[in-house]
Amino acid sequence: MKVLVTGISGALARLLVRKLLKAGHKVRGIDKRPWPDPPKGVKVVRADIRKRPAEDVFRRWKPDAVVHMATVTHFTVSHEQRYRINLGGTRAIFEHCHNYGVARAVFVGRHTVYGAAPDAPLYRTEADPPLAAATFPELADLVASDLYAASALWRYPDLATSVLRLVYSLGPSARGTLPAYLSSGRRVPTVLGFDPLFHFMHESDCAAAIVAAVESELSGVYNVAGPPPVPLSLLCEVTGRRAVPIPEALFGSMLGRFGFPKMPRDAAAHIKYPIVVDATSFAETTGFEAEFDEVRTMESFRFA
Amino acid sequence: MTPFPFYASRQAKARVDLLQLPFNRYGLDPFGIHKDSLVRFYTLLRLMHARYFRCRAHGADHVPESGRAMLIGNHSGGLPIDASMVLASLFWDLPTPRHAHGMVEYFAQEWPFVSPWFSRIGQLPGLPEHATRFLENERLLMVFPEGARGTGKLYKDRYTLVRFGTGFMRIALRTGSPIVPFAFIGGEEAIPTIYHWKALAKLVGAPYVPITPYILPIPRPVRCEIHYGEPMVFKGTGAETDEVILAYVEQVRGRIAELIVQGRESRRQRLDATGEGA
Repeated sequence: MKVLVTGISGALARLLVRKLLKAGHKVRGIDKRPWPDPPKGVKVVRADIRKRPAEDVFRRWKPDAVVHMATVTHFTVSHEQRYRINLGGTRAIFEHCHNYGVARAVFVGRHTVYGAAPDAPLYRTEADPPLAAATFPELADLVASDLYAASALWRYPDLATSVLRLVYSLGPSARGTLPAYLSSGRRVPTVLGFDPLFHFMHESDCAAAIVAAVESELSGVYNVAGPPPVPLSLLCEVTGRRAVPIPEALFGSMLGRFGFPKMPRDAAAHIKYPIVVDATSFAETTGFEAEFDEVRTMESFRFA
Repeated sequence: MTPFPFYASRQAKARVDLLQLPFNRYGLDPFGIHKDSLVRFYTLLRLMHARYFRCRAHGADHVPESGRAMLIGNHSGGLPIDASMVLASLFWDLPTPRHAHGMVEYFAQEWPFVSPWFSRIGQLPGLPEHATRFLENERLLMVFPEGARGTGKLYKDRYTLVRFGTGFMRIALRTGSPIVPFAFIGGEEAIPTIYHWKALAKLVGAPYVPITPYILPIPRPVRCEIHYGEPMVFKGTGAETDEVILAYVEQVRGRIAELIVQGRESRRQRLDATGEGA
């Protein structure tokens, strides 16, 4: 299968490319960021996914499947920019998929779209509404792009679309939202008196799950997870970090200072309450099983 | 990582090992229950259960040894000592201990220290999603269908049952779970609520703050009893009309009222025998 990966230079995308190649697929990618030494046979087009050169890849190469990973988070770009890239980019990709006869599209989203709230169920199913825009407004663009991507399901019925809501990825690359939170100076700011469950999966399993989605006849919205969640305190302990509990009133003003990572203030909700997903439907449909359990996942990050 | 700064007894540890819970290498189950926290929690409960409240269980053999079931009972007393004593009773009084999952008021989730405390012992907010998931995982669920209306009863209304919610019955039907009714006796004497301090309740986000004749809502060391009834099985899909559901709920409520009468009588006899008044 010819698989086009947008946002191919990201850490998880690079892992995905290696797995796709191993499974015998042909891979090409689009990204604004460079990937200086991609594996042999992988061509990376340096372009903005909303611009003409990106469309040309569809026109000339005619991919069978597209994995859309070119979304950005608050760690990299400003709020306004994010809206444009995440929504405008997603729209462009799905339109190209439709216009150039792509059979399958996989949108790689995040489980954080469900949002963390005290009155939310511990295990979220795909039927639960995404609340993140209310509890953590900085994530509004990700919620919007997740829901927008799912609209392709009725907009383009002959394109098999799957929207994946992946739990946090963790692993030796130390890239992504959770590692960014855990990595700065080994001191992890937590909210005093709270210890939520964190749901994560080994980055290699994240990539494997995306491959499973590409190779199956998946169509719909799916939560993707592997091992069960663990409390934040244990996550800090096993990854060799020191949890520094901060009273909630001071939490916002401590971020970005005293060696703590820079985060939006509203991120506190995600450090107080759990976001855990029920991924049985994905596992049943694709037969996906995670290779790494929670302990090996944490250790792979710690001893990378 | 345990939020319980309390010692762990050997007996509690031995009994936690007998629980049918799928703990991983770190003693965690998929719902976030932490084994070590559970041991400490039950050690503390043992003191309250056996020494402070001198709880006695009747008909504990009505609780199924394994598999899904719903424990439905009356709320007794202004603080959730009834719930914790039922948990203790299921853990300490049964031949094979069982761990029950309570359905907690939402506000408890927002309180620092309290929220992880409840989470590590599997007491989650009272959402239908949680109830269904626990039962589908063959767990024991403990529900007080009176809700906060029930714990908020004043002393003068003791052992009356306020309106029952009906959600539990639909979940029981949908998941095919037997209902074990029970009556808790003693809580209302332990914390006799004479007044609700509404202003403070509003400030801390609780449904009410009980005030006792001695001001503070500290439970008195009175004897408590738990009376379990035989399991009630209702057949249905959970999609019945409200009238049908209400009739089923009334049956459960009626059975609990009977158990309360039986329990109060049994407690009175026990107090007469020991020469205690309350």
